[in-house]
Amino acid sequence: MSLKLREITITTPNGITLIQNRSLTIQSGEISVLMGASGSGKSTLLNAIAGHLSPLFNLQGSIELNAVELTTKPAEARQIGLVFQDAMLFPHLSLGDNLAFGLAPAYKARRRREKVDQALEQAGLGGLYNRHPDSLSGGQRSRAALMRALLAEPSALLLDEPFASLDENRRADIRAFTLTHIQQRKIPVLLVTHDPEDAAAMGDQVESL
Amino acid sequence: MISRADPKTLRLSVLGALGLGLILPILAGLLETGRTGFGYAPALGAISVSLEPWQALFTQPGVWTSIRLSLLTGLGATALATLLALGFATFAYPYLTQKHASRWLTPFLAIPHAALAIGLAFVIMPSGWIARALAPLTGMEPLSGWMWVNETWGLGLTIGLLIKELPFLLLMIVSASTQIPIQQYRRVGRSLGYSDASVWLKLIIPALWPLIRLPVMVVLAYSLSSVDMGLILGPSNPPVFAVFVLQLFSDPNLLLRLPGSAGALLQGLMVIAAFLLLWLIECACKPIGRCWARRGQRNIAAARMAPIVVGSIMLLAMMGGLAMLSMLIWSLTWRWSWPALLPTQWSLQAWQLGQSALGGTVLNTMALALITTTLALILAIAWLEAEDRGGRGRAGWAEWLIYLPLLIPQIAFLQGLNVLFLQLGLSGGLSAVIWAQALFVFPYVMITLSDPWRALDPRLARSAASLGASPIKRLLRVKLPVLLTPILTAAAIGVAVSVAQYLPTLLMGAGRVPTLTTEAVSLASGSDRRVTGVYASLQAGLPLAAYLLAFLMPSLRHRRWQKTMDTRS
Repeated sequence: MSLKLREITITTPNGITLIQNRSLTIQSGEISVLMGASGSGKSTLLNAIAGHLSPLFNLQGSIELNAVELTTKPAEARQIGLVFQDAMLFPHLSLGDNLAFGLAPAYKARRRREKVDQALEQAGLGGLYNRHPDSLSGGQRSRAALMRALLAEPSALLLDEPFASLDENRRADIRAFTLTHIQQRKIPVLLVTHDPEDAAAMGDQVESL
Repeated sequence: MISRADPKTLRLSVLGALGLGLILPILAGLLETGRTGFGYAPALGAISVSLEPWQALFTQPGVWTSIRLSLLTGLGATALATLLALGFATFAYPYLTQKHASRWLTPFLAIPHAALAIGLAFVIMPSGWIARALAPLTGMEPLSGWMWVNETWGLGLTIGLLIKELPFLLLMIVSASTQIPIQQYRRVGRSLGYSDASVWLKLIIPALWPLIRLPVMVVLAYSLSSVDMGLILGPSNPPVFAVFVLQLFSDPNLLLRLPGSAGALLQGLMVIAAFLLLWLIECACKPIGRCWARRGQRNIAAARMAPIVVGSIMLLAMMGGLAMLSMLIWSLTWRWSWPALLPTQWSLQAWQLGQSALGGTVLNTMALALITTTLALILAIAWLEAEDRGGRGRAGWAEWLIYLPLLIPQIAFLQGLNVLFLQLGLSGGLSAVIWAQALFVFPYVMITLSDPWRALDPRLARSAASLGASPIKRLLRVKLPVLLTPILTAAAIGVAVSVAQYLPTLLMGAGRVPTLTTEAVSLASGSDRRVTGVYASLQAGLPLAAYLLAFLMPSLRHRRWQKTMDTRS
């Protein structure tokens, strides 16, 4: 069980090379931290792994998850969870429905609601199923976004500056919360950040771009 | 590979639908008009290719006056509308927000051209509201020198065109201005000592122009070739050129269709010539503007125009408001004698009289509006989704393709197309009218929906994809619900455009598909203003109701949210 990037090169439509010949292996249960200034192509690399790269970009190299090649698969078939800085909760769904959106369809009716309620409980959001995402605090939204991604039972998880929009005293809490939950899953995790504290607190290996 | 093959299929089917439904019929109609205009019309027994139809056209009495009149009103209304809209943006920018614009411009955008023209005619005619208000000063006589409706210079028509086209241009400027860092331009410009008006003229308008060029061309094409407004507000003998051509087409002497087709071609040439003129003006303005900007003058005299610009717009808005009110009042009138400002006897009779005839007409109008809007929305959403999946922006040619039906004068290809439809046995049916209306509904729906669609954060759909949602699920469960408000707004605009269509309904329906608009226009020339008032009020009421629904539905959803939040927290 691992996420393997082999000799990845990404070129923009204008012919600028953003990423050149990067290779990286993340074992399951391991958190790899990628550091880099803004504009260094961190988000582009995450988009490439998750399958959101614009077709106009050129991607070379291979991305393997558990020995399965991903580059030809569409995003929804990759089983790679993605958490953004701004949480990206869907504004037309309640908090609970946002979580249910991620939950595998195999869970039916009551079991479904139980799973969501349980996840809300774990995230300290118990009883807030019907709340509108806009009425939540930044920390609550971050926890919800992580739980939503985990309910989809991904085989790997990508975190795109997940703590950047939180204030200083919240950041440590959410970081600990995130660490606890992803460690239980025993999946490869790639965290992209420009904050050295994130790297120190979470990274099993730290790379820079 | 799946992810890359998929967008192509969608894109190809959208392009196919547009090619077959939009470009092919327009081309076929133009070709048919073209060959009839040069004397080849086997159905009429004419098979010699010659310039005779053109000669016949130019020997028609009043043809040159008619052409001059169309050029005067069309170019005049477009120039004034463009200058006033840009001037208003300059002087009233802080009030030109998306929110203000949608509140104040909506009624003017929603009201069909014909309804506005009918209402406006009563405001400005010799015995109309303005004349009545001035009656104490003019010795209680109707103003004989006050001939704004149907007079030779087309002043009333120009005012009518201005009231309808100015709000459209303002709306286009508002939506274009979100793509330009106007605040930064103003901050930089003013810190260098330039007055606000100079910053607009020297920095912002040059940046804005490429984004509003197409809408200005739409206004130009419409103003030069409007039929329904020309019929109601324009001079009658000779009328504006588009009406002149329509009269040749509808003459009992079928052979007049030959010079009529030549006229339809000439109408097309007039619009092309006007586009060339616009291009020449643009070419001339560029070097002059650059020189002017280089000279570094901080203050410009144009700033003194502010009261004139804002005042004219206020005056036009007031006349538009009065026009809408006058239809409603006339529909409720029994007696309204000179020089009373309000009816002397009120009555609901006009509404009751019309009921039986009205029912079918209202149903036709609503059915056409719903069907064409639905078709246009489906096509527009498919197009935008294909753009998303392709991951590339819109090519320049695609933008022109969307605007194409609005840039060609309707009369230049609709009559030719109708002849083809007649041969195929499609003319006079509801489906022919649906298609002809959808041709004009689609561009407006597309224009309205494009900006908000592209403004949607792509990470929302990406989040959904990473949670395992397929492209279709991302569209139906994330994008469309989040975009509900702009989709409803686009639908309301679609309804307004459909209800307003006169020439496509008249020609393709062969007079057998009566709608509120075709009835209102034919009643407008009659004497009973009360019944005309009923039709015009309904005609304006339908699109307004659609807008109201579009505003209310999202806020209802919002109310539901607040409730659940209250009970929970």
